[in-house]
Amino acid sequence: MLAGIILLSGTAVILSRNPVHSVLWLILAFFNAAGLFLMLGAEFLAMILVIVYVGAVAVLFLFVVMMLDIDFAKLREGFVSYLPFGLILAGVLAAELIVAAMAAVVVGSPGEPVAPVIAAAADVSNTEALGALIYTKYAYVFQASGMVLLTAMIGAIVLTHRQRSGVKRQNIGQQVARRPEDAVIITKPGVGQGVEL
Amino acid sequence: MVEAFQNSFLGPYVGYVAAYVILILAIVLPLLIGVAYAVYADRKIWAAAQMRRGPNVVGPWGLLQSFADGLKVFLKETIIPAGANKGVFLLAPIIMFTVALLGWAVIPFSAEMVLADINVGILYIFAVSSLGVYGIIMSGWASNSKYPFLGGLRSAAQMVSYEVSIGFIIITVVLWASSFNLNDIVLSQKGTILGIINMHMFNPLLFPMFIMFFISALAETNRPPFDLPEAEAELVAGYQTEYSSMAFALFWLGEYAAILLMCALMSVLFLGGWLPPFDWAPLYVIPGAIWLILKICFLFFLFAWVFATVPRFRYDQLMRLGWKVFLPLSLFWVVVVSGYLMFFTDKFA
Repeated sequence: MLAGIILLSGTAVILSRNPVHSVLWLILAFFNAAGLFLMLGAEFLAMILVIVYVGAVAVLFLFVVMMLDIDFAKLREGFVSYLPFGLILAGVLAAELIVAAMAAVVVGSPGEPVAPVIAAAADVSNTEALGALIYTKYAYVFQASGMVLLTAMIGAIVLTHRQRSGVKRQNIGQQVARRPEDAVIITKPGVGQGVEL
Repeated sequence: MVEAFQNSFLGPYVGYVAAYVILILAIVLPLLIGVAYAVYADRKIWAAAQMRRGPNVVGPWGLLQSFADGLKVFLKETIIPAGANKGVFLLAPIIMFTVALLGWAVIPFSAEMVLADINVGILYIFAVSSLGVYGIIMSGWASNSKYPFLGGLRSAAQMVSYEVSIGFIIITVVLWASSFNLNDIVLSQKGTILGIINMHMFNPLLFPMFIMFFISALAETNRPPFDLPEAEAELVAGYQTEYSSMAFALFWLGEYAAILLMCALMSVLFLGGWLPPFDWAPLYVIPGAIWLILKICFLFFLFAWVFATVPRFRYDQLMRLGWKVFLPLSLFWVVVVSGYLMFFTDKFA
């Protein structure tokens, strides 16, 4: 049932005309994927999926999509000219999928699941099992993926950061460090007299 | 109880469902009444801080005020703006309310009294509380009006920012308890301080995290001084401007249920949950649920106190606090705590 909902909402992502609705359908798909993980007994992965994808990534998606001002008529104008290229891309992807599926059929005979990397131990929770695997066998791969993400992050910041001159900025440290003596003068002017600054 | 129902005339399947429906109602109904009194308490505490009387007309000492308000809201007409995106507009308050209730499924009220004693309880709460933002952002967008939209965007950015540091703070406690299970986290606090105090709060390494968690929880639940999403002076009422009647009430209930959930989470993580404050046998006679409720009330009082005393932050200051102060500090503190546990205790041995 969960997989069915994923497929349906995945279709709805593509078919819905309103991009915000698409993102909402995408969130439903994420949720059901988390449900599938739960049914496989991978509760840690399920929760992480909800936290990271639903709680953070999809929020940012929604954020961006809501702010975009998309003109649909303009989008459809170029449809015919992009069509051949799109078809080629779709064809390549479909071919890759078919090849991958064929390879999977060759490796594992149908009906027999591919052997897991480590045997699931009954007394170890799957958080511990994941940790034991990620930080030992796949430690370098794990670190490398972290580096890739860091590079992407720095790249995005460098690309979008603009140094603007003439902008007034608040320096909290400076504000906190100010003493009353530097900022206030207490005077008692007499009647009809001004204050000398 | 579940077994008893399954063995009764209802049979295994119907009995299972019936037992869980009753258990869920046993949490949700007291919670909703608790929410009504939390609103009342809030108003009374603000009133006291401003030397007023607060609600005092409906019922003795105004105790029935929230129910009267609820009834009034219930009887009003639901107005849906013509330009609103109807489906999303109506879905938003439902999501807000449901998500606020979902987290309570894993809160332990005593060693046995917990609806779902799952391994990754704390992650579940974290996941569910991060969903609350959808109610707000959807309502902001679907209202198709300026102020709600600005409120929704503000809130989305704010909640995502503070969730990051909340995650790191939770990790420090999880490291200390070496478990994601909420009951294990509670039990790990038994007699930790001088062998007698049942609280992580008085642990010098975790105390700064408690303060930061409290502030982040204020931001996460859009409470003052971080109530930018509904700042009246700038945004009318933020994301709930276009809502009326029951839809508005659902936002209102959801907001307070989320605040109580944060209080419950804080008491589980730092104040020893259902354990009495001191590890002393006679105190264990009082049921754990009472201790938990007392701790929630105490924390809620702090929330209301902050509301009554602190002025609202400016938005850039809020973002600065989240990203430039809390995030590095909590990340650093994860390193400190794990270093301490690694080198000075035998927890990771």
